[in-house]
Amino acid sequence: MTRIVKYVLRDILRSRIVLAYTGFLLAASFGLFHLGGEISKGLVGLLSLVLIVVPLVCLVFGTIHFYNSYEFIELLAAQPVKRRSILIGEFLGVAGALTAAMIVGIAPPVVLYAASTTGFTLLAVGLALTVLFTAIAFLGAVATRDKARGVGLALLVWFYFALLHDGLMLLVMFFFEDYPLEKPAMAMIALNPIDLGRVIVLLQMDVSAMMGYTGALMKDLLGSTLGISAGVAALLLWAALPVFASNWIFRRKDL
Amino acid sequence: MITARNLTKTFGRLKALDSVNVVLKGGRSIMLIGPNGSGKTTFIKCLLGLVIPDEGWLTLDGEDLLGDHTLRRRIGYMPQIGRFPDHLKVGQVIDMMREIRRGTFTRTDEDLIEAFDMAKISHKTTRTLSGGMRQKLSACLAFLFNPDVLVLDEPTAGLDPVAAEILKEKVRAERDRGKLVLLTSHILSDLEDITSEVLYLIEGRVQFHRPMAELAEEHGEQRLGPLIARIMKAAKP
Repeated sequence: MTRIVKYVLRDILRSRIVLAYTGFLLAASFGLFHLGGEISKGLVGLLSLVLIVVPLVCLVFGTIHFYNSYEFIELLAAQPVKRRSILIGEFLGVAGALTAAMIVGIAPPVVLYAASTTGFTLLAVGLALTVLFTAIAFLGAVATRDKARGVGLALLVWFYFALLHDGLMLLVMFFFEDYPLEKPAMAMIALNPIDLGRVIVLLQMDVSAMMGYTGALMKDLLGSTLGISAGVAALLLWAALPVFASNWIFRRKDL
Repeated sequence: MITARNLTKTFGRLKALDSVNVVLKGGRSIMLIGPNGSGKTTFIKCLLGLVIPDEGWLTLDGEDLLGDHTLRRRIGYMPQIGRFPDHLKVGQVIDMMREIRRGTFTRTDEDLIEAFDMAKISHKTTRTLSGGMRQKLSACLAFLFNPDVLVLDEPTAGLDPVAAEILKEKVRAERDRGKLVLLTSHILSDLEDITSEVLYLIEGRVQFHRPMAELAEEHGEQRLGPLIARIMKAAKP
């Protein structure tokens, strides 16, 4: 497995898309810290950027990479190697390369301008989202044979988590505002990794009351430490489940 | 060497393999022939562990091929379309395969790497390779670990005449050393001179499996293309 990871990493780290992604993150995060004037404004800007861009890039890149490697994966599967090693090797390679891009793109400005708990929490959330959305991308690609359908599915997943889910949540809140909604709201947040990431960072910022219903609720209900631990646990689950599921499918799949 | 018993695979409604029973022995080069969708590719993929059959057994010298991935150390595969990670160099791809199969082979066979002069293109990234060069690389990888069984899917497609002759000579040599070589090709004349047996599939069933020489004598035809055409005509009333 590690042998596969090594060569997948070596391959992807040379791809122009990953280089461009790294450059974009670096430029955008430096730019946001400069433009905002205040550090906290820069952080909020960077948070929004990370929450939108990272899932999109990981979903689309992960999916396309899987389909483009199909013939190569087939060749690997014909070698004396376990299916599991191939899938996990490919996954760790892609997730590793995108993680490296994230660290190179976000860490230097955060260390320079916002070397605080909030800054590092933001970085950690970015890394967690990178891994878990790559895992979701792999699950989609393993489960769908057709490339166009797979990429479409990836975009749909992104659209849902980045936009639709919050809209649905607001709708629920609006229609049931006469009822106690704290617990259902918590559950709905946990069902969206992007929301989870947002809440975890905002809880660090002490501006959660300004940042909408979800953040305020979370802080109010759980208090910071417990809220963050629960959020982290949910994020881990979001990464682990797709990896297990795609492994399960891949082991039985006809290539 | 390889035995298939009742091998069956269905994709939805299509029966790609319909209880295939066949024994493939070492020291032969066996040409898989059949119309499109006759199950050639599915059969090869079952052998390589890429497709999991619904029913039946596949054994390699009595050992179960389907349950044991380590047995694939004895198989070399040259796919129809060779695609490798875009940004790796040819040399790196060869090194990678060596690493992935480390501990599963006793000696390597670098005849083809030398014959195709791969050293000259080892610094090129695989993305920039032409179709024929990729085929050469695939062929080198298939023979590299000196496997007992070689599965070559359309091996000469895209190869220039010189390279095709080198590859055919290599197939002949390995066969005469007692290896089993499974071949497919759409252009029957390409490989007729290295075919020792013909395995003919139609709609997932084995129509016949006979030595080339025997068929040629029976039908008075040395060339594989006309020979198969004649047999197909004879089979239809």
